[in-house]
Amino acid sequence: MSEPMVKVRDVTKVYTRGKERLEVLHHISLDIPKGDFVALMGPSGSGKTTLLNLIGGLDQPSSGEVWVGGKRIDKLSSGELSKWRAANVGFVFQFYNLMPVLTAQKNVELPLLLTNLSAAKRRQNAETALKLVGLAERRNHKPKELSGGQEQRVAIARAIVSDPQILVCDEPTGDLDRHTADEVLSLLQTLNREHGKTIVMVTHDPKAAEFAKYTLHLDKGTLAEQAAAAA
Amino acid sequence: MKFFAFVWSSLWRKKTRTLFTILSLVSAFLLFGLLQTIGAFFTAGADFVGASRLIVQSRVSFTDSLPIRHMPLIEQVPGVRAVHHDQWFGGVHGENTQMFTFASNPRTLKTVYPEWVMPDEQWEAFAKTKTGAIVGRNLANQYGWKVGDKLPIKSNIFPQKDGSMAWEFDIVGIYDGKDATWQTQTITVYVNYDYFSEANQFGEGFAGVYAVLLDDVERANEVAQAIDAKFLNSPDETKTQSEKDFNKGFFSQIGDIGLIVRLILLAVFFTIVILTGNTMAQAVRERIPEMAVLKTIGFSNRTVTGLVLAEALLLCFLGGLIGMGLAQVLMGGLAQNAPQFFGAIPRDPKIWVQALVAMAVIALVVGLPPALRAGRLKIVDALAER
Repeated sequence: MSEPMVKVRDVTKVYTRGKERLEVLHHISLDIPKGDFVALMGPSGSGKTTLLNLIGGLDQPSSGEVWVGGKRIDKLSSGELSKWRAANVGFVFQFYNLMPVLTAQKNVELPLLLTNLSAAKRRQNAETALKLVGLAERRNHKPKELSGGQEQRVAIARAIVSDPQILVCDEPTGDLDRHTADEVLSLLQTLNREHGKTIVMVTHDPKAAEFAKYTLHLDKGTLAEQAAAAA
Repeated sequence: MKFFAFVWSSLWRKKTRTLFTILSLVSAFLLFGLLQTIGAFFTAGADFVGASRLIVQSRVSFTDSLPIRHMPLIEQVPGVRAVHHDQWFGGVHGENTQMFTFASNPRTLKTVYPEWVMPDEQWEAFAKTKTGAIVGRNLANQYGWKVGDKLPIKSNIFPQKDGSMAWEFDIVGIYDGKDATWQTQTITVYVNYDYFSEANQFGEGFAGVYAVLLDDVERANEVAQAIDAKFLNSPDETKTQSEKDFNKGFFSQIGDIGLIVRLILLAVFFTIVILTGNTMAQAVRERIPEMAVLKTIGFSNRTVTGLVLAEALLLCFLGGLIGMGLAQVLMGGLAQNAPQFFGAIPRDPKIWVQALVAMAVIALVVGLPPALRAGRLKIVDALAER
């Protein structure tokens, strides 16, 4: 059996706010195989975004191990984590988080500024990513000139432009209407099924979770159950 | 350079705010360029003058005219090669344009100031023409004067015997400077002293200040002391010093120009630092979530810090360079249109170096705190806007 893309072993995360000690994740262990599309669901405060942040290398556990793509990331320094994220992880946020001063093309090129690619190559790769998400003709538009769904697709293009191993999505359809949300989720499904991207998606929306292969439920910082979505 | 487009776009995120900040930087550096140039000129004491001349003025004040009877006595002092005198005429051209005008002896002017270059026949004409005057090339060019033109000029000090302040001279020569530096000084009118002495209402005998050409510059102090000793305890005691010191002393009448300039600029730049610092702090505060996204994508703490610092540098250098450029253009325009006041002020490249250092320092002062803040922010907290 091949190595899972994501391996979480006995992870605990504790936040300290003043004198208050908050244990958000309790001894979580899970495996996410390569090429899977998993939804993380749970009530508010269940720890799903915290778990997502740990998998994405945005935060580090208080204890336990986090392995992504065969690399243990919980012990990396801040600088090493930055480099690792740039090469291995694509992020999609609820509120798109595009740079308002840049065009769609320039937004998608952002991760490539950290590489040694020439300007022409960066442009070419960004155009390819935008074509993949169906927005090649909008490449010179700024975010304020795009609809919510289009902005999210640009964000997805930015997330995939450096060909990461894993996509980490935090409520990617939280700010979209049903129809647009379905379009975005279909795109994520295509990236998973046709391009082999491993996707971990946090969502409150059961309909969104149906696009994933299966769902993991968290409650009060503990993995409650695992259920496979209907194919 | 690959980050330049991003930094440039970020700078213009709030166009109006950025524009006003740049304008304030432009004003500050325009003032810097002008004041430093003028201040350097005043404090340099006209470094271009040679060491071979002494200036003899009245001990009371340089505005007190020394008597012409001093001249043969000064000529007798050992170490003196030649003596010349210039009487300030108080020339006014047109409505109220002040002009450097002296009543001078043509022959001694040529001897003691070999830096003024003019054809011999024009020197001769100046000496022989009672109402003759010579003008500097820069001044002639400004007013379109040629040899042969009449020069109507008023004196705000010396009326003619009929009481009129209006005088008329004939331009018999146009002089140049011996080199580029002296050429900038060709802004003075010299009128024939004999005519002035004869025709002015206050009578003969005003010499003004004396310029003494030395045999040996090493003996300058000795000759200066000897001249002053000659007139000690006389009704017209003298103060003799090098021409450079005389020029410095002349400008310091106005005050310690250098100190005044420094205080003004200190106040201006302090205000600029507060204003620009506030702009940068605000700009970064507004973009905390964006900084977090950059870090999420993989931009390191150092890169994010560098981007903010680069923005501060771009802002300060943009405003600073435009301001300094305008100062250059303005000084050039003033030198061309009012050479009698601004033509002699040299362009000092050191001022540009000072300006560039100031721009860099301001950028660091205003940019480093928000840059460090951006570099240190925690991604998770920033994304949650905590």
